[in-house]
Amino acid sequence: MLKLTDEQIERYSRQIILSEIGGKGQEKLLKSKVLVIGCGGLGSPCAYYLAAAGVGKIGLVDSDKVELNNLQRQIIHSTKNVGIPKVDSAKEKLLQLNTDIKIVTHSLRLTSKNILNIIKDYDVIVDGSDNFPTRYLVNDACVLAKKPLVHAGILKFDGQATTIVPGKGPCYRCLFPSPPPPGSVPSCQEAGILGVVAGILGLVQATETLKYILQCGELLVGKLLIFNALSMSFRTLTIKRDKKCPVCGNNPTIKKLIDYEQFCKLR
Amino acid sequence: MVVKIRIPTPLQKLTDGKSEVESSGKTVIQLIDELEKKYSGIKERLCDEKGNIRRFINIFVNEKDIRFLKGQKTKLKNGDEISIIPAIAGG
Repeated sequence: MLKLTDEQIERYSRQIILSEIGGKGQEKLLKSKVLVIGCGGLGSPCAYYLAAAGVGKIGLVDSDKVELNNLQRQIIHSTKNVGIPKVDSAKEKLLQLNTDIKIVTHSLRLTSKNILNIIKDYDVIVDGSDNFPTRYLVNDACVLAKKPLVHAGILKFDGQATTIVPGKGPCYRCLFPSPPPPGSVPSCQEAGILGVVAGILGLVQATETLKYILQCGELLVGKLLIFNALSMSFRTLTIKRDKKCPVCGNNPTIKKLIDYEQFCKLR
Repeated sequence: MVVKIRIPTPLQKLTDGKSEVESSGKTVIQLIDELEKKYSGIKERLCDEKGNIRRFINIFVNEKDIRFLKGQKTKLKNGDEISIIPAIAGG
């Protein structure tokens, strides 16, 4: 067991006094390893709060560079960072907030070839990606590797979130068996997104991640949280494991990762 | 008999911008057909050419997924709330 230093006790004092956390919980957080996929609208607030809470190792995955039009919602980046890789910009900001943690950057695009090797080093995976091929790849990889996955998606004024714990509840494919054909569902780039919606859902993901590590409260396992900013409503729908699910069902047809990008383009 | 249907943002173009509409359909399939009469084009967005609900869209009746009820034959009763939930990938 690692021993908290005086500085750590001071830094995390406001959460250590929570009976659900305490010194033991803080030690769990400091020992935990979380991979945040995407340093965009969801990943920015999520990684920022995980860093603040003292998650000991945070991995960041993104292949993009910071653009001016990102800054309306991707609050981990700054105007001066426009043009540099997002993972570098995010790392700089996280280490300014908390020098007590380790940040690992993966400036690449996840593929069927590299994903398992990247996620194997982490306890929890957060999906803050921005496209269907990556989302299905991440889901399938997490199911195959039995890694807990905290999912969220956003569009315009809407958000959805669920937590996938393989073997304990449904996966993303149980909910949506296959991705929509390209062009049938608009992206944030095409349809727009209110920045705060990304903030709210990104923090739902951070909350789920912290609860998973601390083993406290009730996770969104078997539940789909639906948020709408215009009606300011949060609703929870029940979702079930699908026995016929192609990846986590009783007779899975997907046993190896497919290159979904190509798969989607073919459709 | 009246049921309330929540329309997701991407489909609100077809419902004159309305986020909630009503229907008197007695089953999910009747409800979809009734919606199509009022809001032409919506059925094609929800169902494939065989008439099955598309695999990236789910329909919930009072928080329950119809795939685990009786699918499109799921019966509706007065006051039911129907949610149409498409997959969204933005991040």
